[in-house]
Amino acid sequence: MATSIDVSDLNIYYGDFLAVEGVTIPIAARSVTAFIGPSGCGKSTFLRSLNRMHEVVRGARVEGKVLVDGEDLYGDDVDPVDVRRMVGMVFQRPNPFPTMSIYDNVLAGQRLNSKRMKKTDADDAVERALRSAGLWAEVKDRLDRPGSGLSGGQQQRLCIARAISVEPEVLLMDEPCSALDPISTIVIEDLIHELKAQYTIVIVTHNMQQAARVSDTTAFFNLAGVGMPGRLVEHGATEKIFSNPDESATEAYIQGRFG
Amino acid sequence: MSILHTPMWRRRAVDRLATVLVTGAFVLALFPLFSILWTVVSKGAPALSPEFFTYSMRNVVGEGGGIYHALVGTLLVTAAATVISVPIGLLTAIFLVEYGEGRRLARWIRFLVDVMTGIPSIVAGLFAYALFVVFFGEGVRMGFGGAVALSVLMIPVVVRSCEEMLKLVPNELREAAYALGVPKWRTVLKVVLPTSIAGIVTGITLAIARVIGETAPLLVIAGLSDSVNFDLFHDRMATLPVFAYSAVSSPGVPPGPSIDRAWGAALVLLLIVMLLNLVARLVSHLFSPKSER
Repeated sequence: MATSIDVSDLNIYYGDFLAVEGVTIPIAARSVTAFIGPSGCGKSTFLRSLNRMHEVVRGARVEGKVLVDGEDLYGDDVDPVDVRRMVGMVFQRPNPFPTMSIYDNVLAGQRLNSKRMKKTDADDAVERALRSAGLWAEVKDRLDRPGSGLSGGQQQRLCIARAISVEPEVLLMDEPCSALDPISTIVIEDLIHELKAQYTIVIVTHNMQQAARVSDTTAFFNLAGVGMPGRLVEHGATEKIFSNPDESATEAYIQGRFG
Repeated sequence: MSILHTPMWRRRAVDRLATVLVTGAFVLALFPLFSILWTVVSKGAPALSPEFFTYSMRNVVGEGGGIYHALVGTLLVTAAATVISVPIGLLTAIFLVEYGEGRRLARWIRFLVDVMTGIPSIVAGLFAYALFVVFFGEGVRMGFGGAVALSVLMIPVVVRSCEEMLKLVPNELREAAYALGVPKWRTVLKVVLPTSIAGIVTGITLAIARVIGETAPLLVIAGLSDSVNFDLFHDRMATLPVFAYSAVSSPGVPPGPSIDRAWGAALVLLLIVMLLNLVARLVSHLFSPKSER
């Protein structure tokens, strides 16, 4: 069920402003791809264009192609709502729905779309998602409690459970650990390792050690200058990018000389 | 002299002075409030009796009679005003917050709502009167007209308070829903509204409390009657504020009982407003998202 993504020559605009220019990158199925780069280089924008989430900003549009399993996400007859069911997303700050219990949060994708489910199916789906997110043991006795009562790390895993319970094929993560403590971060990173057996994962991170730890492929984004569009500088196997990158800018960034 | 050696008594004196001023202003502000409460309760309480709540003023001269007809009128007119204002106000607020971002139409609506907030209540009454004259001819009086007049005053209050509450819903929750493949309208209906429902209901309750004591517009269009009228669409309908006004302005002979009834009506109105405030607090407590912490 996991999928490969093919992006070719993608330009992303906000109104007239070109935010990201000319990105071409293949993303392998069942692997972890990390996007790194300095702030404002467009890596989050690019990530959000992979499930058309950047379109919630008025005036946002793209040129180019994003093929998921050979299907263009930006085709004329493609509904962004369907795209987002196929390509799930986890955000920087844990954002469980405050009005819902842990149980309902996990099923939010189905509940909010008024999908009818048998009680036993729902119970199974909740357990499966929470087990996949490594949260089952901690919350199984308090599924009816509000999700906002959990710790930050638990909330983030709850959001991951919520994202995978709609059975997407791709999971996008936008700095999922930047609001978490080191212990919770390790838990999430271990989880990413387990999840890549089933899902194609793309993660944006500011933490280069994290990129090195979790990803198979790394893509480095950079800005040519202030007010200039962000672009993809290079991508390749994580080991190569971190030990022997082709571009000097990549090396400079990884060694901490800027960014 | 270094900063360490500034005399301490000076700072203390300034501190004391500021405390006295702030407390004084607070007491001064409370004084009219307690004065009103005391006057209304002490003058109105003697008028309250089972008869006062269950009798109208039909064929009553001098003592006796009650506010049943006005109480019914106030509740009906206010309820009708709420039924008109809440859908319009809430939907407008949803448009402004969820769909209007950056649109010229939204800027215009926001401006017009601001203007509407400042409409004097008598103008709202005359507007409703003029509107109903078009359909029913000169001299029209009906409770529903009063409800329309009150809606004109209530809608901007509802829009404003709902708008503020919807804005408080973090954008992250909307994005979380979108990312799960939930369409925008479902996100608004099932995430944004439930998250902000406590504040919305509180805002609506306070908007009701704000218009329930309006007199001028009801005087113009709903009129006054001595009898009970349950029909919003026919004939004059008494309301508590208008009842109190007319009981004082034309008390009859002897004036005593009529003026006592006016105070009684004022007290009942005050109690209704207080009750609404209590309900608002209760509702916001019940509907607030619960956290274990």
